[in-house]
Amino acid sequence: MAKTHISFNLNGRPVDVLAEPRELLIHVLREQLAHTGPHIGCETSHCGACTVDLNGRSVKSCTVLAVQAQGGNVLTVEGLATNGTLHPLQEEFMQQHGLQCGFCTPGMLVRAYRFLQENPNPSEEEIRTGMSGNICRCTGYQNIVKAVQHAAKRLQAAGGK
Amino acid sequence: MATTAERVEREAKLEGVGCARKRKEDPRFIQGKGNYVDDLKLPGTVFGVVVRSPYAHARIKSINKDKALKLPGVLAVLTANDLKPLKLHWMPTLAGDVQAVLADEKVCFQYQEVAMVIAENRYIAADGADLVEVEYEELPAVVDPHKALEPNAPVIRDDIKDKKEAGQGPRRHHNHIFTWEVGDKAGTDKVFQSAEVTVKQAMVNPRVHPCPLETCGCVASFDKVRGELTVYMTSQAPHVIRTVVSLLSGLPESKIRVVSPDIGGGFGNKVGVYPGYVCAIVASIVLGRPVKWIETRIENLATTAFARDYHLVGELAADKNGRIKALRVNVIADHGAFNSHAQPTKWPAGLFSICTGSYDIPVAHVKVDGVYTNKAPGGVAYRCSFRVTEAVHLIERMIDVLAQKLNVDKAEIRMRNFIKREQFPYTSALGWQYDSGDYHTALKKVLDAVNYPALRKEQEEKRKRGELMGIGLCTFTEIVGAGPTKACDILGIGMFDSAEIRVHPTGSVIARMGTITQGQGHATTYAQIIASELGLPSENIQIEEGDTSTAPYGLGTYGSRSTPVGGAATAMAARKIRDKARKIAAHLLEVPEGDLEWDIDRFKVKGVPGQEKTMKEIAWAAYNNVPEGMEMGLEAVDYYDPPNFTYPFGAYLAVVDIDRYTGETKVRRFYALDDCGTRINPMIIEGQIHGGLTEAFAVAMGQKLEFDEGGNLLSNSLMDYFVPTAAETPKWELDHTVTKSPHHPIGAKGVAESPHVGGIPCLNNAVVDAFAHLGVTDMEMPHTAYSVWKTIHKLGLDKR
Ligand code: FES
Ligand code: FES
Repeated sequence: MAKTHISFNLNGRPVDVLAEPRELLIHVLREQLAHTGPHIGCETSHCGACTVDLNGRSVKSCTVLAVQAQGGNVLTVEGLATNGTLHPLQEEFMQQHGLQCGFCTPGMLVRAYRFLQENPNPSEEEIRTGMSGNICRCTGYQNIVKAVQHAAKRLQAAGGK
Repeated sequence: MATTAERVEREAKLEGVGCARKRKEDPRFIQGKGNYVDDLKLPGTVFGVVVRSPYAHARIKSINKDKALKLPGVLAVLTANDLKPLKLHWMPTLAGDVQAVLADEKVCFQYQEVAMVIAENRYIAADGADLVEVEYEELPAVVDPHKALEPNAPVIRDDIKDKKEAGQGPRRHHNHIFTWEVGDKAGTDKVFQSAEVTVKQAMVNPRVHPCPLETCGCVASFDKVRGELTVYMTSQAPHVIRTVVSLLSGLPESKIRVVSPDIGGGFGNKVGVYPGYVCAIVASIVLGRPVKWIETRIENLATTAFARDYHLVGELAADKNGRIKALRVNVIADHGAFNSHAQPTKWPAGLFSICTGSYDIPVAHVKVDGVYTNKAPGGVAYRCSFRVTEAVHLIERMIDVLAQKLNVDKAEIRMRNFIKREQFPYTSALGWQYDSGDYHTALKKVLDAVNYPALRKEQEEKRKRGELMGIGLCTFTEIVGAGPTKACDILGIGMFDSAEIRVHPTGSVIARMGTITQGQGHATTYAQIIASELGLPSENIQIEEGDTSTAPYGLGTYGSRSTPVGGAATAMAARKIRDKARKIAAHLLEVPEGDLEWDIDRFKVKGVPGQEKTMKEIAWAAYNNVPEGMEMGLEAVDYYDPPNFTYPFGAYLAVVDIDRYTGETKVRRFYALDDCGTRINPMIIEGQIHGGLTEAFAVAMGQKLEFDEGGNLLSNSLMDYFVPTAAETPKWELDHTVTKSPHHPIGAKGVAESPHVGGIPCLNNAVVDAFAHLGVTDMEMPHTAYSVWKTIHKLGLDKR
């Protein structure tokens, strides 16, 4: 099948790839661009393991064609830390024991990152609903919710971002 | 003399047993640097996709691979005929049966493996799979195990239809696999004949799936030049897999390396050997290239490792005060099309005979009949020790039914029947020796914490108003840590586990275990055990598992066996090192060994302040100044054969509110008290309990692999198979008591599965309890709104 030239920004850096029109963004990220943070848990847009940020919105990259990223901005878990400093969400997932096997974690973090921009001061219930596109089979969510709460406080104290 | 404060500080620095230290494995996961099997990218890797049967039962008339082979990029198509010359079209199962690797003449369940297409990439492989033409002749399917035993039920297994036994004793019907009996039948029957009260209840543990977030998969890489095979795979038992691969392939074990990299959750799903692995290995040997096979979610739910499907009838005999006198249980166990359940080989019903529970029951008899149906094979312990969930479900339902019959409170009847603290070690009627327990204290603590009498009062008032509120109790005993090798083996290999510890000259440590973490945090907790035993900080203790080329042989991680068996091996190996360290210290301090005492992280000369050697100093000396005749170095290996299982227990209480018009059930409160003996890392324990309770919630309230009459799986994606999100998951309240295991080196018992095992019956009991005053004694699980509404509607409670 003929390949298409696709360029976009990945974690702030321009990337160019050749991909078939039918190729999914998750496969291009993982197999061509060596970004294996986002995972595949279902391929049917239910689990959220593949969650990345595309143009300021959370998307499930198993249900997005790579060509749809053309000219866009993609953020994956690999882009959350800045200059070697972990994002408060990453810190708090560790502190609050918000992960076990770690398979859902990249998707959770990237979703939480966007969610806290949509709602910087969420209630517990809002966190539970706002994160409900991401499945975790290990933690029972309680500590993930706690991690997001703590990160929200830290981000607010630091004045957003 | 060292001050107390100084000693406390020294101890705290070790971050040993009891410390809620943060996890060592987290930094890589939160930065997307985990290393799961699908992340591997070996040069030249090709992909395998399995062609599966659309029918639950059919004869294969022909397979045509021509079109697929013509597709550019397709390298090979494997079918049973290709595997035949290698004798690999069938494989032996742990249970003494055989399972088709690729369907040989017929398929016996929907999605059964028929062929594997190997191609340059996953897209071409999937295209190729679509081009494989298989002609089937459909046969009548049977999905209900009771119907499977009817005289003229379809023959599912033509290959063994005339065989009188299938690896686990005599069979009595073409779809019958085994009968397993334990206990005193005559004695039990006698008690029932003359009992003051008897109750009987049928119930079902429906077929479910562990559904870890990462599916199963592997990369098989055969090096033709060296004749060596490396398999990276999502396996909870890499060493056993290596042995099985060696037996199947004829390659010596020394030329096979099995590596379990990071695993995205297991919960029992990743114990078995699946056809996809075998095909990938064969394909790699044939092609000389690495072959990757990764299940889709549909394949995962449909084919690898279901759990439960137990159809039970329980009976209790008691006196009029509710003191249980006997237990009788009959089970029909649906094992699917092949008997490939993952259990210790000698236990066709796993440890189901723990079903006398936490109660002092004088006599009991259990009978389990295994049955073939046109459903996927397997039968794994979904976050439980082999069949313990089913056992706990049975006894915890039965005791409620008895309470209802006698009109005794459900907490009170438990108190009356508990094995008393002073009765331990206690031998149950079915032969288990419970190592320790304190059930009365645990339940009392829970009842006090939730103000149980007030809850019952509230319920009574609500009942008067026609509102539905249920209070569920579960006071379970688990049996974990398989196990004593005299009782437990897998294919003849005893179920010991192992640890190998090496202390480096500077006092840092590398340790390797035969177990394998799937999120339980072994890299963190094993280090804590070693830190406490050796007085070296856990920060500098590196744990490695899962690579058969480096780790000592072990049986793997499932059935909560890592802490009871692997953790024990770790403590024992560390103690061997400490014994040697003591000798070195005596030599350095020029005193007899007997003059030394251990103090947190050093040996001291008794009564002589300042005369001491820290472990760090001893480690250095071990490499340059040891007593005459002693070997250099500081390392030890331990293969631990546990003297007994461990018996964690707990007392759980759930409160549910049910909408009488819609059947929607809300878990208002869930209070879980666990006793897992010594608590190695409280943070990790709590995390494990949160996770286990959430999986219990999933099973009780929504999970079921549902089939239609033709054997079509109706819940094969996350759309139809319930996996709770943060939005529906209740909040968990945790508590604990500590009753140490008397035979475990550090008194630990294992914990990760208790919440699943105890949580399901607790929630189930809560839902049924909401209707108990109306004479309801069981309801079909899972308790979805629709399912609960059916009970409501039948009782006419939804009339406005
Ligand atoms: S893999 Fe994309 S949502 Fe599950
Ligand atoms: S930590 Fe395992 S799925 Fe979330």
